[in-house]
Amino acid sequence: MDGTTGRADRAAWQQRSALRVVPAIQPRKLAKVPFVELADGRLQGVVSSGSDIERVYVSSISAGEHAYHCSTNNNRPCGGLRGSPCNHLHALADEAVLQYGADRVARYLRVDADGVTTGADLIGRLHGRHEATPAAVVFSRFLRHLAYLELPETTEPIPELHWFPATGAFR
Amino acid sequence: MLETHLADLLDGAPPAIGDALDLVNGFDDVLVHGFARLTEEHAGALAALADGMAGTPLGERVAEAVGKVAAGSIGDEHLAVLAGARTALMGALHDALLAGFDTALGRTRQSWGFDRPGSARLVPRNDPDQSPAPAGTGVEVGVGAAGPGVANLLAGCRSWLHELAIAGWRGVDHDIIAASSQLVEAMLAEPGLRRLAVLLDGLVAELRASSPIATMEHLPVRRWADLWTRALLLSQPGGLPVSTPVPVPKSTVDVRGAETLSGRLLILGVDVHEHGTAVQAQVHGILEPSGDQAPRLVRTSVGAAKVDTIVGPSVWRLLRGCPVLLGALAEHRALDLTDMPLLSSGDLVWRDDRASVGEPSDPFATARVLLAAALAPPVPPLDRHPVRIAEPVLLEGYAVTVHDGGSLTLGLGGHTVSVAVDRMPDCGPLTQELVAASSACLGLMRWDGGGWALSPLAVRATVKRKTVDTHSGDWALGPTDTKVVKAGAKHGDAVAVLRERAGRLLRR
Repeated sequence: MDGTTGRADRAAWQQRSALRVVPAIQPRKLAKVPFVELADGRLQGVVSSGSDIERVYVSSISAGEHAYHCSTNNNRPCGGLRGSPCNHLHALADEAVLQYGADRVARYLRVDADGVTTGADLIGRLHGRHEATPAAVVFSRFLRHLAYLELPETTEPIPELHWFPATGAFR
Repeated sequence: MLETHLADLLDGAPPAIGDALDLVNGFDDVLVHGFARLTEEHAGALAALADGMAGTPLGERVAEAVGKVAAGSIGDEHLAVLAGARTALMGALHDALLAGFDTALGRTRQSWGFDRPGSARLVPRNDPDQSPAPAGTGVEVGVGAAGPGVANLLAGCRSWLHELAIAGWRGVDHDIIAASSQLVEAMLAEPGLRRLAVLLDGLVAELRASSPIATMEHLPVRRWADLWTRALLLSQPGGLPVSTPVPVPKSTVDVRGAETLSGRLLILGVDVHEHGTAVQAQVHGILEPSGDQAPRLVRTSVGAAKVDTIVGPSVWRLLRGCPVLLGALAEHRALDLTDMPLLSSGDLVWRDDRASVGEPSDPFATARVLLAAALAPPVPPLDRHPVRIAEPVLLEGYAVTVHDGGSLTLGLGGHTVSVAVDRMPDCGPLTQELVAASSACLGLMRWDGGGWALSPLAVRATVKRKTVDTHSGDWALGPTDTKVVKAGAKHGDAVAVLRERAGRLLRR
């Protein structure tokens, strides 16, 4: 899917049934930030509380506007938000860069990607301000994400998965 | 696969492939721009499709559907008929390619007996008049009792696919993508709809990752049309075989009507399928049935739902219900089976409690001794699409050419075949370097994008003057390469972390 292929190659690619369309994501440590996604026009995710194992924070940065917010999943505002992004938002940005690569995150948020290699670089280029958004949408997406792991295994063949070859060893 | 086999396969391409694909491409272009905005060119492409189907049992209905659609009346039934026409074309292509393969290699394949006992039948699951066939006459897996919500979910699915077709890929916006979310979630909860749910979830993730599609430079035109078409067929009443996934490892529900077989399963290798929220390990092997029946080529699949942050060798940890199968993969052992259900598609419906790990078994030896004579299974009609062709072969004595960019071809006599290096999964130890250094390769012949390619399952290579065999399933019980183990340790155990979070947050 890169832009370097010639016209003939592109034509061939468009006529393929099995190929990877969603860019690969990189493995990362999930303990601190179990959930990160680029969806609904935001970089959003869930950050585990450092002090209370039962508590999580929902953090988000909107694309374009760069409005940011962080609260507990019960909408209690994060105490770390004092006119600038809190530690949870920093952690979210760091992990998003690990998972998707700095380029992809910067492009999604519409930040000048040039020279952005870390989450801190990314946060440094935001021009938005704090704007409260409800945590429920992101949190329920996280719960839905977790619910996949509760689905039973199956030993019935799923022929449709022939369209989705596992990839990644070829670099 | 010998030199002559490869020559016959590559020289014997069915002549009408190009014509059939032209019709498919014409239809696929309509899906790019949407049925709401048919140009003259699009109407022409649909008319050509109708002409192409004339004289087939679908001919009249396709002509009628094309007429209606061109006049701006786009009913569900018309789209279904068009999807049927495209499926028939791809099915014919599949049949021609597979027949060409079988002829070139001298592979004997059972024919699909539509009436014989034990052949899979598609029983409409939502038709109240049609109760499931009695045990022993069909391959209705599981109890097949359609949940009360199933018909509604299928209708919802058809209506979403209808919306996609009207908008076209270029017109797919955030709202259409978001509208699928609840639907997919509800379908995933319905065991009998797993196939459709997994398919839709994969498609939706691609649409989301590709947004805004309106300005996307190049679309995966064939692929998305394939997925749309398959989803529309599976969401028709009766489109899915009556089925209930058999929970592993034990089930109180038996696989009704499926033949059961006992014998020895010799593994050839494992092919892994994966998208963000699903993984499937499909094992190819040769079954030596007890008694004096001929050895048969079989597949068996184990699958699980996952999330996108579980990648690489971690995916094996999701397949916890099949320790016997995974152990045999990792340790290169045969499996002794007792009364394992076998569908007429050649798929063993794996029950780990009906298998035990047997003697050490070398897949290369299995291929050399048994592959040529093994009886291949027929392909169920609805599954006939070139993408499903995955035929085990053994290649030896070839010359490897490494091309710019790292792609590989294998030369045998005057013929060359591409290696599908992009299909090698990161959950296993195969790399393009190993294939490049190999002298023997066990793999699957696949056809895509107009040609055949070999997808490696195992290679025998010389590494530091030693002959080393590497198999795609070597890490089924965990990586054996210390570098990979270390990298994994650095990232921690994704599956365990997410399960802990689920345990704490999900059941409140």
